[in-house]
Amino acid sequence: MAEVPGSARCVVIGAGIVGNSLVHHLAKLGWTDIVQLDQGPLPNPGGSTGHASNFIFLTDHSREITDLTLDSVEQYKELGVFTQCGGFEVARTEERMEELRRRMSSAKAWGIEAEMVSPEFVQEKVPFLDKDQIIGAFWQPGVGVVDSLRAGTIMRERAIEAGALTTVPNVEVTGLDVEDGRVRRVHTDKGTIEAEYVVIACGVWSPKIGDMAGVSIPLTPAVHQMISVGPCPQLAGETGEITFPIVRDMDTFCYERQHGADMEVGSYAHRAILMEPEDIPTIEQSKLSPTELPFTEDDFDTQLEQAYELMPELLGADGAEIRYAINGLLSLTCDGAPILGESHVKGLWTASAVWIKEGPGVGRAVAEWMTQGWSEIDLASSDIARFHEHQKRREHTRLRTTESFIKTYGIIHPNEQYESDRDQRRAPMHESQQKLGAFCFETAGWERPHWYESNAPLVEQYGDAVMPREHEWDSRWWSPIINAEHLRMREAAGVIDLTAFQIFDIEGPGALDSVQQTCVAQCDVAVGKVIYTPVLDAHGGFRSDLTVMRLGDDHFRVVTGGAHGPADHQWFADHLVGGATITDRTDDVSTIGLWGPKARDILASLTDADVSGEGFPMLTCREITVAGVNVLASRISYVGELGWELYVDMADAPTLWQALLDTGDSHGTVPMGIGVYGTTGRIEKGYRAYGMELDAERTIVEAGMQRPKVKAADFVGKEAYLAQRETAPKAVLCTLTVEDHTSASGVKRYMLGGEPILTRDGGTLTDGHGHHPYVTTAGSAPSLGKHVLLAYLPVEQAKIGTELAVSYMEELYPVVVGSVDATPLFDPSNERMR
Amino acid sequence: MADVLVCVKRVPDITEEVVLSEDGLSVDGRRSGFTMSAHEECAVELAVQATAASGGQATVMTIGDAEAVEQLRNALAVGCTAATHVLGEPFAFGPADVASEIAAVVRDHEAEGRSHDLVLLGNDAADSGDFQVGIRLAYELGRPVVNGASTVVIEDSPEGPVVVAVGEGPEGQETYRVTLPAVVTIREGGVEPRYPSVPGRLKAKKVPIEERQPVAEPKGGGRVKMTLPPPTPSAVTILGEGPAAASAVVDVFEKLGVLAK
Repeated sequence: MAEVPGSARCVVIGAGIVGNSLVHHLAKLGWTDIVQLDQGPLPNPGGSTGHASNFIFLTDHSREITDLTLDSVEQYKELGVFTQCGGFEVARTEERMEELRRRMSSAKAWGIEAEMVSPEFVQEKVPFLDKDQIIGAFWQPGVGVVDSLRAGTIMRERAIEAGALTTVPNVEVTGLDVEDGRVRRVHTDKGTIEAEYVVIACGVWSPKIGDMAGVSIPLTPAVHQMISVGPCPQLAGETGEITFPIVRDMDTFCYERQHGADMEVGSYAHRAILMEPEDIPTIEQSKLSPTELPFTEDDFDTQLEQAYELMPELLGADGAEIRYAINGLLSLTCDGAPILGESHVKGLWTASAVWIKEGPGVGRAVAEWMTQGWSEIDLASSDIARFHEHQKRREHTRLRTTESFIKTYGIIHPNEQYESDRDQRRAPMHESQQKLGAFCFETAGWERPHWYESNAPLVEQYGDAVMPREHEWDSRWWSPIINAEHLRMREAAGVIDLTAFQIFDIEGPGALDSVQQTCVAQCDVAVGKVIYTPVLDAHGGFRSDLTVMRLGDDHFRVVTGGAHGPADHQWFADHLVGGATITDRTDDVSTIGLWGPKARDILASLTDADVSGEGFPMLTCREITVAGVNVLASRISYVGELGWELYVDMADAPTLWQALLDTGDSHGTVPMGIGVYGTTGRIEKGYRAYGMELDAERTIVEAGMQRPKVKAADFVGKEAYLAQRETAPKAVLCTLTVEDHTSASGVKRYMLGGEPILTRDGGTLTDGHGHHPYVTTAGSAPSLGKHVLLAYLPVEQAKIGTELAVSYMEELYPVVVGSVDATPLFDPSNERMR
Repeated sequence: MADVLVCVKRVPDITEEVVLSEDGLSVDGRRSGFTMSAHEECAVELAVQATAASGGQATVMTIGDAEAVEQLRNALAVGCTAATHVLGEPFAFGPADVASEIAAVVRDHEAEGRSHDLVLLGNDAADSGDFQVGIRLAYELGRPVVNGASTVVIEDSPEGPVVVAVGEGPEGQETYRVTLPAVVTIREGGVEPRYPSVPGRLKAKKVPIEERQPVAEPKGGGRVKMTLPPPTPSAVTILGEGPAAASAVVDVFEKLGVLAK
């Protein structure tokens, strides 16, 4: 007997905080005919929402996550389910204090009220905490707790009242039909639903449902242990949810959250306890709920002791008992971000791996994305399209989350690299790089040399010009060798492995139209031209910036960064017209860069082709033979030097690599790492990077990248872009230099990115969006002898010479605006590239 | 000063759906988790109360694999003061095996100068339900036994210390006064077992646990196979929605006896 509607415009699977928020926002945006399913009963179907500790700390180092959290808080407040109580992150060590100072930076950058406070301040607000255990704290008065089940119910009811939604509980999804690349229907144990859209919003079960359509949703259910101790006599008079601030005991990876007369202690300190979605017990098998598993006491031993140490009188009070203890399941991903957006199966969306603090914000953003193709809050870091093949393996998620779980409250350096599941992709010249002492960072699974230990002697040679960093934190995941390689490149040349580039070909009769309507720049150019172009969404925000080569009338090659490659690939695939095809060439083609004043001499000595300025002009490409190997050479530069990107078959890459190094040697050329390419070379030239300066919330105009003319052909985002050009920008991307690095202790400090830009005396700056400026990229500019910062400044401050300050670890350092558009600080007339 | 030995067993938590192991010889607890039977939780509580009153010793013991230490620690966390772990695969032990292992512990402890005046057991184990160990143990030790008591209190009498065991019998409440040493098996319902406190839990971690090997090769219980009864169909009645359902809910509560008319 069918008990579900036979058809729906949209089926939302899951009635936790995410599914409920999503149906609410879809209904608000005018969607009707939505059917929401859950395997469990309402209002608590047994997923992670049902056992959440429900508190919300506001500040995360990620802008995207923070914005989703802040939006969620606004929504919870509007729903009347938010109780503000304030929250402390307390430090037991000096190292943690430094991390809390870094949190202050993020709080200032994202506009969150916060301050560093003393142990006495904490104890005044939390009298049962032993202040002698801590040395300081990060205080956010805006922290609070929510009733996420009530919030979900209200949102669901609003959608039902609007006539937009039918919710069917106690129904199990048994299959998804995909035909011609599109989701068509949902099978359940109570009938089949024909559907145009399906959203998987069922938390820890999402991978299981995704698999039904051949879509990998790489999250893993993981245990978070929590106990509740009470009734505590000290809290006996407390009514309602919460009156005392929540304490995150950061160094023990625990939190203490008062709940009426009870105190909840939660932990992220235990070993990673992971599960497969298929092994989660059924509702019938579960004593409490499928995501409240039996508590494993041994894993909690240490945390219990530490919590007792922090609050001995409260947790040891007469009558206070451990009345509830669970291994609660929540969702973890390989990079810590949620999994949102449309999968490669059209019409099949995901909204998974979302925590209570982001739920309503994610619901709104995904609903906007489904409705209009973009969302107010940029979701690029959470896009399901971001995953590379190696990341879709359950093994990868297992290994990475095993490594990262213990870092949930950890101190994570902005450049910190994962240790597990490395070596997934190796450039063909990897062996040579190993011999050269390559120190590799991982990008898109590729092992990419960030610098080469073989260049260590250059550090001595260049002396102080390599701008050594004396503080351990500033120099962690960094080496002065990067700056030495940079100086050598500017002096002679550098050879760099760029194999991690994602490369795809657009071919066929519709190829031109396809790239034309996807790219902002004119792509109807002569064969052999190279185009650098932004790619926009319909709202005129950045989807990407990349290069396109016209290889034939009906053949374009797109080259983009590895990290964002799969999302770009999907974007182009989604915008193909006229029967054009897209073919990924990443695994066939390696790229080697050669740049520097000696680049032409080196290349000329390895080829018969004319590589003179006239014979091989800027922004052109053609096939030539180099060292006996067939190479597609493209004259372009991201480091501000004369040179080429050389595209070569993987099999031939080692030959080309070795020839360039051998020949270059006599010219003083060295191999150089991504440290130069991605940071030092780039920022001396003021080049923007997607994901740093460029994202969907920024415009071409604000980024200072507008060209005099806009092409006549239509392209995605054109209307919005034309409107942006007619309006004064609300913020301007500027390049700043740090004038004095000396901290109060006398140690010179070097910012790493993410820090707030303030007035010289520490006052807050606010741009036309209501945002506060922060550093999008920070790095050495060795050829300028300066540390350079990029930041979007309010229009009033965006003037060359404006004196401002950057706050780093809660100290102010003077900075000066050096450029207010794309004009580079180094070689402003681009002489060197000619 | 009373000295009580309380015997517990690590069993699968069968509050919800019971899953049998593939061979049908045991209950599979991998998903449900493990606990001690409700009867034994009450026995532990009674042991703790009986000894705390007189400042005596409450020793908890179990026969089980290494994991069963969790149940010993749980008993220590709520007030037991010593623990003995007979290491063995629990399914290999039939009721007679278990009884003789407990008897061996009682005798050995006695030889060491710790005489357990009172041995408390659960009425039956949640997973095997054999209902035999208490009587077999009493027989082997030559002690009197009371079965199915829900409370016990140790009292002094002119004849020496006695245990007063009270339980529900077919004709109503039955009270037994038995001279110590004795054996009593406990049915749940007479006391509310306490939860551990944080200091209790921390203290429990530090108590050394006596580990010993079984004194004899277990002969087993002779169980051939267990089967599950057909699932009871669950009938859900919607009483109504919103405030209108209130009176129907009150009626149900009255019927259940949780609300007085």
